[in-house]
Formats: sequence, C-alpha cells, structure tokens
Amino acid sequence: MTDPVLDVKGLKTYFFTDDGQVPAVDGIDFHVKEGEILGIVGESGCGKSVTSLSVMGLLPSPPGKVVDGKILYNGEDITYASESRMRQIRGNDIAMIFQEPMTSLNPVFTIGSQLIEAIRIHRKCSKKQARARAIDLLKLVGLPRADELVDEFPHQLSGGMRQRVMIAMAMACDPKVLIADEPTTALDVTIQAQILDLMLKLNRETKTAIIIITHDLGVVAQMCQRLVVMYAGKVVEEGTVKDIYNNPKHPYTKGLIQSVPDMREKKQRLYSIKGSVPKPGSIKKGCQFAPRCEYVMTDCLEQEPQLTGNEHLVRCLLYRE
Amino acid sequence: MLSYATRRVLMLIPVLFGMSLIVFSIIRLIPGDPAQTILGTKATQEAIQSLHHALGLDKPWFVQYVSYLKDLLTGDFGTSIRTNAPISQEIWPHLAATMELSFVAMIIAIFFGINAGIISAWKQNSIFDFTAMVIALIGVSMPVFWLGLLEQWGFSLELHWLPSIGRDNIRNAVNPITHFFLIDTLLQGRFDQFWVVIKHLILPSVALATIPMAIIARMTRSSMLEVMRSDYIRTARAKGQRMFWIVYKHSLKNAFIPILTVIGLQTGLLLGGAILTETIFGWPGIGRYVYNAIQYRDYPVIQSGILVIAFFFVMINLIVDILYAVFDPRIKYR
Ligand SMILES: Nc1ncnc2c1ncn2[C@@H]1O[C@H](COP(=O)(O)OP(=O)(O)OP(=O)(O)O)[C@@H](O)[C@H]1O
Ligand SMILES: [Mg+2]
Repeated sequence: MTDPVLDVKGLKTYFFTDDGQVPAVDGIDFHVKEGEILGIVGESGCGKSVTSLSVMGLLPSPPGKVVDGKILYNGEDITYASESRMRQIRGNDIAMIFQEPMTSLNPVFTIGSQLIEAIRIHRKCSKKQARARAIDLLKLVGLPRADELVDEFPHQLSGGMRQRVMIAMAMACDPKVLIADEPTTALDVTIQAQILDLMLKLNRETKTAIIIITHDLGVVAQMCQRLVVMYAGKVVEEGTVKDIYNNPKHPYTKGLIQSVPDMREKKQRLYSIKGSVPKPGSIKKGCQFAPRCEYVMTDCLEQEPQLTGNEHLVRCLLYRE
Repeated sequence: MLSYATRRVLMLIPVLFGMSLIVFSIIRLIPGDPAQTILGTKATQEAIQSLHHALGLDKPWFVQYVSYLKDLLTGDFGTSIRTNAPISQEIWPHLAATMELSFVAMIIAIFFGINAGIISAWKQNSIFDFTAMVIALIGVSMPVFWLGLLEQWGFSLELHWLPSIGRDNIRNAVNPITHFFLIDTLLQGRFDQFWVVIKHLILPSVALATIPMAIIARMTRSSMLEVMRSDYIRTARAKGQRMFWIVYKHSLKNAFIPILTVIGLQTGLLLGGAILTETIFGWPGIGRYVYNAIQYRDYPVIQSGILVIAFFFVMINLIVDILYAVFDPRIKYR
C-alpha cells in the first residue's frame, strides 16, 4: 500500500455572502494514489468545482473560505499554506483543467507563449528550450501542425483543440496530481472520447494521479478505478467503480445508475431522480437526500447519517449497524 | 493592415473636405466684420469697402470657398488678416507648443492613471482603492482653470519653485529649430535651458493632466476588475504565476482596449488646444492662436487652425484604431 499523493480530510468550504453562509462543501473526504484515477460524480451544484478550487487554493476569496478539514499533498498540510508555497505547488505538483475550455485560455497571447510561461514558471530553461518543449507537448496531446499552432491565438482553435492545449499546459511540468473538472462537458461526444483517451494515455505513461470530476457515469466506468459520489456538499458513497456499479448502496447512487441511458434496452422513459439538489444549507437536520429518497424513514428526517463501511463506504441510515 | 491604414488615410480626404466647408460656413455666420476690426470703429465706409475688396470678402461665399480650397491643396493656408504673415509659417510654433504640452500631460496622465487604476483593481476595496477613487472623482469634477490658478498661487507665488507663465525664460529664450523646446535645447546641447523648459512645463501639464488621469484611472479600474474575474486569469493562477505578472501582463493587455479609447479621446481634446489652460499659463499654443483669431475675425487663421486641429483629432483616432489590433489579436483589419 502506497501513501496517497493527495488526501483530503473533512474539507468544509463555506461562502460568506450577504444572504448568510453557504456550506457549498460540507465535510468531504477522498484521496488518490500515484497512477490512480479517481472519479467524483454528483449533480450540478453539489460542490465539485468548489472542492477542486479549494485544493488548488484558488477559491474566490472573499466570499469563499476553507473553514475546516485538511488538504494533504504528499503528507504536507497545504490547507492554509502561504501564497508563495501554493505558487510552487500549482502547475508543478497539482495541475488543473477547467470546465470551460472556450474561455480558459488568454485570448491575447499565443498558445506557445502561454505554454512557455507554464514551463518557465517552474523549470529553469531558455525560451528556446521551452518553445521546443511546448511543441512536444502539443504533439503529445495529439494536436496536428504543432509547430504552426504554437504561434496561433486561442480564437483560431476549436473547443476540443483548446481543451487539448489546456491538457498540454497542465502536463507541462509533469504534475503528480491532475484535477480535471468536467473536462469534456462542453465538448461534443466524439471529441469527448478523444480527450478521455488522451488523459488515460497520459496517466499510463506518466503515472500522474488524475481526479476526474463529472456527472457522467459512463466516463467514470471507462476511466476510473475508484469513485466518490457527492450529494449536497457531502460524500454519500465511496468505493471501487466495480463495487459501486454492481452493488450501489446509497439510494442516490442507485438513482444515478438507473438514470444512465442503456443502449440495449429501449425504455419508454428515462429514469430520473425526482426533485432537485437542495440549496446548500437549506436542509438543517437529518439526511440531505431524505426529501427525494424512495426509501425514506422517519429517522432520516431527524438523524444525520455518517459515512460507514470499510472499502465500500456509504452515508445512509439503511446501512447503520 | 497596411492597406487598411492607407484606406483610412484616404478616407480622411472627404472628412477634411467636409470639415473645411462646415468651418468656412460657421465662421461667416458669426456676427462681426474683419475690416471693421482692423480699421477700427472710426473707419470710413470707403476704406472698409476697399479693404473688403483687397481681402476678397466682397465676392460670393462659394467663390471665396473655392479659392480657399485651391490654395489649401497647394499647401497654402492663406495669409493672416491681422499680421499679414503666411499662416503656414505662423501656425507651426503654436502647434508645436500645444503638442509638447499635451504630450507631457498625457505621459503624466497615462502613467499615473493606469497605475492607480491597476492597483485599485488589484487591491479592490482597500484604503488605496478608496483614496484613489475619491481623488479621481475630485479630479474629474475639478475645473482645470481653478486648479491652474491654485498651482500658480502655491508653487509660484508662495513657494517660488516653478515659473507660472510661458514656455521659457524670455531673457534667455530658446533658439527654435523644431519648436519642440525639449528637443531644441537638447539638439543645441543647452542643458541649462532644457531644465528651464521642463520647469515651465510642470505646472500647466499637471493641470492639463488631471482630468485625463482621473478618467483613465477609473476606466482602468473597471476594465481590470472585469478582466480579473475571467477564467483565463484563474488559469494563469493555476499555473503558479505571480500576481504581479497576472495583473500587469495577463490582465492589463486584455483590459487595454477601453483604456486606449479614452486615452485617444483625451489626447484629441488636449491637442484641440486647451484654451483656458493655455491662457492662464501664457502658453503660446494653438488654442490661444485660434482664440485670438476669433476675436479679430481673422477668418483664414480660424479656418486653418480648426482644420489643423480636426486633422490631428482624426489622425489620433486612426492611430488608436490601428493600435487596437496590436493589443487584441482577434481584431483584424483587412
Ligand atoms: N462565488 C460563490 N459565491 C457563493 N456561492 C457559491 C459561489 N461559488 C459557488 N457557490 C455555491 O457552491 C455550490 C457548489 O458549486 P460548484 O460550482 O462547486 O458546483 P458543481 O458541483 O461544480 O456544479 P456543476 O456540475 O454545475 O459544475 C453552489 O450551489 C453555489 O451555490
Ligand atoms: Mg463545476
């Protein structure tokens, strides 16, 4: 057993807004080991992006603030690390790909200069060497005409190409951990598959641990070894992808798996979980999922369930000892 | 890009043509008679009439206009009614004086305005931000002539630090070559005079810089705030880039287009001759030149002066338009 490269323990990130505090992330635990791919799934608004921004130290602050918990990188507590320490870590140790490929590149600088910058922040090398490396990176992520592309501007590239550039940029300094926040949601299906293949290939070749954030269970099945299911700022189920798919325990996870369209059976209507994610902090007592749960019991409205189990953990009163 | 510039310059021709016609007509609508002004109120009717004839003012207006245009095309701006000197020679020293003053004022306004705006945006809601924006608000609402008088009172009359009037020391006047005194004194190796010229520039240029500086600072702040919220700034931070470079490189270049626009507009306004400032500081600039001409009903001078000012105004606009493409690669001119 190797130690995890990234270990998040009991992370709580709140937003302090004019309308009161919003517990966007309310006690999250997860970890990744070297070479592993971890999936984090959950509905829109359940706190996935806020979790990854907390890890990177890039929360919009104010109003966002980590109020509790620990973020350990290789055993080092970086939760409240200084800005200068975080600068060393960002890009070099932990890199991130964002949800919005169209707007994540600076429109007024060439692709090359943005890649060269990413390289030269952390590596001592000449502009020329960095440029050569930039071209290599563009080739690595499978972009055609890499030596012309370095001198082009983001607006000359399609969304898929831009996301590849973002991946190249994230891989520039061989990070130990790559956080990919819905890397393919904004792209069409064929490009999606290509981007995912690319990340899989990079993971095998460089042993980079990858955290894929998504709401697409198909992506998880294809890419990940382990899975964390989030609901309303909390982890509700965690385990290997195999265990969870074969034997989903939490009613929310069951619902998610049932709502994946299956090509083989033609159902008349797709299953969907009734209701929608509650506004963070609106449910004060009991299980956050209770109002939407098919198996809801009287206790669920009163008692807050804990995450229990060994390898396959679940936060649900159905499984209390 | 080059062909775009050429086309824009060619487009100036009809614009200037129209300008000249408008200026020509408006001036003739102003009540008053140059012959009367020249000869005084006691002049006889005959004297006035013969002067009218000599000046060509007795011909129909379109004949006057056509002959004026014909001269213009050959580079002849005509002769000043008041001084009888060719305007093309007379106008340049005034123009150079205004350009020098405007240039220095804009350097001050741009440097302090942009930096104040950047730091305000970077440290949003800090004491610096608050103070800078209050000062900027005062700056835009402060009458320039009043600020000029205040400066003269404080720095000349009370402290005797700086001269309050003119471009140079009359008893040790600069020998003009280009009429840009900063350049002329250097060309002649007169560093003592160079220093004197700088001292003369300080008060009027600071007065003139106040409003543009305040406007630039406010525009920079709001434009930077908008840019600094964007996704690509987050990307730059995720790379581990320093805040200084994120602000001065990544954000500023993106935020620059609206800033450039106000810089262009403000420069144009200054070149148009800040008559009040030039009057208070006894600055022999184009604004005062035209203003005096208006008082004398010196039609040729008014026409040429306004035309030259209009020309620079359009030229600055052209330069700004071309600079847009330098700052934003998505803007392409064909
Ligand atoms: N700047 C902010 N101010 C206040 N609340 C915020 C802010 N950013 C996020 N939140 C809150 O945090 C919650 C989680 O947001 P987050 O962006 O992490 O969702 P997500 O899981 O990434 O959703 P999606 O799948 O749509 O990307 C949201 O419900 C939102 O109300
Ligand atoms: Mg998100």
